Amino acid sequence: MSSIAPAHQRKRLGGSHWTGIAENERILALALLAPAVVILSTFIAYPFVMAIWFALTSIRVGDPGEFIGLANFAKAWHDSIFQTAFKNTVFYTSWATIFKLTLGMCLALLLNRHFRLKRIVRASMLLPFIIPTVLSTFAWRWMFDPTFSVVNWLLYRTGFITNRLPFLSDGDWAMWCAILVNTWRGMPFFAITLLAGLQTINPDLHEAAALDGANAWHRFWHVTWPLLLPVTLVVVVFSVIQTFSDFQLIYVLTGGGPANSTHLVATYAYQLGVGAGLLGEGAAISLFMFPVLFAVVWIQLRYLRRIEGA
Amino acid sequence: MARVTRRKFLQASSAGLAGILAARQAPAFAQGTALGWLRWSDFVPASDQLLRNEILAEAQKALGIKVTLETVNANDIQPRVTSAVQSGTGPDIIMTLSNWPQLYADSTVDVTDIVEKLDKDQGGIYETNVAVARVGKRWAAVPWATVGFLIAYRKSWFDQIGVSAFPDTWEKYREAGKKLKANGHPLGQTLGHTFGDAPAFCYPYLWSWGGREVDEGKVVLDSKATLESVRFMTGFWKEAHDEGGLAWDDTNNNRAFLSGEISATLNGASIYVEALRKPEQYKTEKGTPLKDDIQHAALPKGPGGRFSYHLPISHMVMKYSKNAKAAKDFLVWLQLKPMFEKWFVSQKGYSVAATKEWEKHPMWQQDPIMLPFRSATATGRMLGYSGPPDKRAAEVLSRYIIIDLYAKAVQGMKPEEAVRWASGELRKIYSQV
Repeated sequence: MSSIAPAHQRKRLGGSHWTGIAENERILALALLAPAVVILSTFIAYPFVMAIWFALTSIRVGDPGEFIGLANFAKAWHDSIFQTAFKNTVFYTSWATIFKLTLGMCLALLLNRHFRLKRIVRASMLLPFIIPTVLSTFAWRWMFDPTFSVVNWLLYRTGFITNRLPFLSDGDWAMWCAILVNTWRGMPFFAITLLAGLQTINPDLHEAAALDGANAWHRFWHVTWPLLLPVTLVVVVFSVIQTFSDFQLIYVLTGGGPANSTHLVATYAYQLGVGAGLLGEGAAISLFMFPVLFAVVWIQLRYLRRIEGA
Repeated sequence: MARVTRRKFLQASSAGLAGILAARQAPAFAQGTALGWLRWSDFVPASDQLLRNEILAEAQKALGIKVTLETVNANDIQPRVTSAVQSGTGPDIIMTLSNWPQLYADSTVDVTDIVEKLDKDQGGIYETNVAVARVGKRWAAVPWATVGFLIAYRKSWFDQIGVSAFPDTWEKYREAGKKLKANGHPLGQTLGHTFGDAPAFCYPYLWSWGGREVDEGKVVLDSKATLESVRFMTGFWKEAHDEGGLAWDDTNNNRAFLSGEISATLNGASIYVEALRKPEQYKTEKGTPLKDDIQHAALPKGPGGRFSYHLPISHMVMKYSKNAKAAKDFLVWLQLKPMFEKWFVSQKGYSVAATKEWEKHPMWQQDPIMLPFRSATATGRMLGYSGPPDKRAAEVLSRYIIIDLYAKAVQGMKPEEAVRWASGELRKIYSQV
């Protein structure tokens, strides 16, 4: 661009010095990148580095502690509550992602059809995703309340149950309730993203497949699914990251109980680090999430690149 | 009740402040001083209203200190302390429960001078309040009060099953609970991760069977007594309790009792105080005021004796505070008899004072239902028994290990395994330097 107008003309066009800087692509690139770099450094990189440092020390609240190497990691590794929390996190993430993907795909396929009030239905579908997690989870907590659950009341009144269902007071039930709430909340994200992907698929492909005698399932499996796979993988990566590091939902719904049966790595790290003030141990526990998430992202992105390359 | 003026306060609190008194104005540091004060949302809401509407306004007049009171759910206090200490900014005064001052001692201002005076002026501080707030020779927090824990129960429902006197042993309580549950009125008890009711039940229950956490610095939880307590609990829970209690926090049993779902629950006096406050709202199935059907009793005894754990409350002045002196002066003023009395009376016995003199207060003669709370704290044991309630004992509580010992067993873990698990966790904590 800079070769278009001689320097003296540029000067006349106004803001000679600044125009010159703006037209320098290197400077412009740096200027555009700077806000993102500052934000990421302040809110992601700095806390991450601090977390690593904390994890290597015996820091407690009000006591800076001393360097202890990997002792916090070793302690966490042998901590039975951490082991439970880690297993819970894997279980919670796996099932919630499977449900979100399956139901989100079904919803996207339905919403991709033409029907009356399509726009309103599409917009309202996003409500669970828009409402702040804490608020919606509080509503779910009341619905699952051990004593005053409206669900129990309804089932009892309609004669389906004679005793209350232990939604949050039984470890297994509580975990499935948490998965249900997470699915309810996360499904719209899957549905809307997959819907966007579906709309990029050329209808001619379906038409051609139909002419060749493919039924609905064949058309989905051999046309829609392969074309949707890149979008699906991206949305699954995002979802796994968010679900694996979930905190708010469990904190509000069960607090990790009963007896740690719904504790996730993030909620246990919070309980130890922020609740009990054992900052070093809490940081070490939270850092256990990093290699797992890194591996998930790496595998999926590698797979994605292979598909795109094929 | 006498109003405490600035002059009276200064006269009472310190002779060293005579010069300030002569100047006829609030001390220079205090003029325009603002303090932040973090407390729990009181289970007796009238006391929070009293603090906000009356006492803090008087503090401003008397001391020239503007205090902003912030109230939060008690389970959120510890996270607030951590963030305040680590960031070096936050409320100047923070209320603590239980033995938390042991955890935060390094981040608090030494308040030995004002506690020693309080101890001298008000008949001595209870042993449990001393044990939690004093670290070594210094006081890390100013003892304020103790929430007494007793079982609130429905007299008429116990009468219905032929139990006229509250069961004094766990076996009798279990038998009564079985019948009550069969009648649709189970016992209610939380075994959840929550600050008050869960430890106030589980620790004394363990002690009453002869179990204890440590002895002479050694973890001794994996004893026959502990195992027996866990075995008994598994049957007791299924036969007599509302099993939803595994997911309860400190508020659920209040709601369940007030709505007529449960027949008995270990609690502070907040259930009764609330029923007393709203007799038109809370009624029995016969339409009579619920308050007239509530009685209080101590936890039953076991083979090891009868014990209780009550919840001490203290106030920490934080080291990061830029107004530590003003914060200390405010706490001195607040615990002068005329001021403290207002708050104490508003609690109607839900809290007893940290000092013994208040046992003599005429309030205790007004309502015989509340009388058992008067001296309840004198019989309490502290966490970490028979060791001190130090930071390791506080960590055991923060990880809810003793509560989960029972919660795991009632959910199906073998008692032997639950005891092994809890002992292992305790050993890891107590092996730390």
